[in-house]
Amino acid sequence: MRMPDSFNKYLDETGATSRFTYRYFHELVRPRYEIRQFLRQCYLIGYNSLPLIGITGFIMGLVLTIQLRPSLISYGVESQLPVMVSLAIVREIGPVITALIFAGKISSSIGAELGSMKVTEQIDAMEVSGTNPFKYLVVTRVAAATLMLPVLVMISDAISLYGSYLGVNIRGNTSLRLFFFQVFQTLQFGDVLPAFIKTFFFGFAIGIIGCYKGYNSSKGTEGVGRSANSAVVVSSLMVFIIDLIAVQITDILGLN
Amino acid sequence: MEGHNPDAVIAIDRLVKKFGEKVVLNEFTVDLKRGENLVVLGRSGSGKSVLIKCVIGLMRPESGTINVLGEDVLSLDHDGLDNIRSRVGFLFQSNALYDSMTVKQNLEFPMRRHLKNIDYKESMDRIMDALENVGLAHTLNMMPSELSGGMQKRIALARTLILNPEIILYDEPTTGLDPITGKEITLLMKEIQEKYKTSSIIISHDMKCVKRAADRIAVLVNGSCYAVDTYDNLKRSSDPNINQFFE
Repeated sequence: MRMPDSFNKYLDETGATSRFTYRYFHELVRPRYEIRQFLRQCYLIGYNSLPLIGITGFIMGLVLTIQLRPSLISYGVESQLPVMVSLAIVREIGPVITALIFAGKISSSIGAELGSMKVTEQIDAMEVSGTNPFKYLVVTRVAAATLMLPVLVMISDAISLYGSYLGVNIRGNTSLRLFFFQVFQTLQFGDVLPAFIKTFFFGFAIGIIGCYKGYNSSKGTEGVGRSANSAVVVSSLMVFIIDLIAVQITDILGLN
Repeated sequence: MEGHNPDAVIAIDRLVKKFGEKVVLNEFTVDLKRGENLVVLGRSGSGKSVLIKCVIGLMRPESGTINVLGEDVLSLDHDGLDNIRSRVGFLFQSNALYDSMTVKQNLEFPMRRHLKNIDYKESMDRIMDALENVGLAHTLNMMPSELSGGMQKRIALARTLILNPEIILYDEPTTGLDPITGKEITLLMKEIQEKYKTSSIIISHDMKCVKRAADRIAVLVNGSCYAVDTYDNLKRSSDPNINQFFE
């Protein structure tokens, strides 16, 4: 029986991505280490994403609080608003929404940048210049994305909770101290740790997919556009798939 | 190097390169002598660029041998290839200047990689020397996007010269340039050859560039080296595979 071409293409793509990921780990541990380039990527990927992540985090916390309030009032548990919002933000919404925004910003820019470097032979020029382009371009970007996303999620969560505090005070009167006292009294180790760990996987998936799509971009400007576009689509999908797996594992381990 | 000219700095022997079922280079054989400019002439898509990418180790052929400065390129490991690449310059068709770096950083990049112990003063001297050679010393802190196509080509040439290579591989150096700038680049290539005694393989189908730059021409037809001779001798040929380029 002959498999459809689309299925064969999917298997080819999966195999190529797996080989690319294997090569990443292989090059990651092998000297020479591109420390300066890695730090530069941390700045570009992490610090430069901060304003976007901060604004969306703030709006997320504020909107969630405003929308949850009527439901909680109808059940007579309005006082539990900080508790509900903080659990939702820290456990699920914060990591996933931040990762999706990060995928939109970083995966597309990595895909387009590496794709354009490939098309204009800059990657070949790097190799001729005595540099391992995979190590210089891919390893540094994926490592930076893996390490920066958890930091951004922590910052985003903090800003979201502050947004939520302002949301609570639109129609109420709660002090900042009381709000955060309620939040930290509610949050358990099992709420924070799994959510934090999964963000490393989100960051890794976003980085590796962006790099894979860009590094294997086909010739021409159309190929670069396609790389950037599919980098966002695939990495966003991967965020949800990893989230699904993480939730199942957390459940099995009894951390829910 | 057995069977080849002992003066050859590059000896390509029966090189075969395929992409899937398509044979791009078919038993291609040619030598580059020390101090000469060898132009590889062929139609678009005939495998000219593939040939020099195999020479520098950016592509791996299916079979054949490539000997560069006494080293068998196909048997070299990563360090061996790096060593050869520090002695062979490559001018890319699209210039391949790094968009995110200034002209100075573009020129510094191969130096920092190949010459790990070079100090700042020597590095700056080399950069200024290379930029003066191409007449663009004032562009030191400019970004590639601020330069015209011709200037970018000159900067790319300066980057190629920065390691004082013994061999330079030019991939279509005048493509995309107006005739005047194309002529300037070609004359610059000749000037570099005379000043630094470099040997070069020039990939081109720009006949004005070919006429000005070539000491010998290798005609690439159907993946094989169809003829090797001087410009004047090839121009006199009545063979349609050759005179199609000179019409």
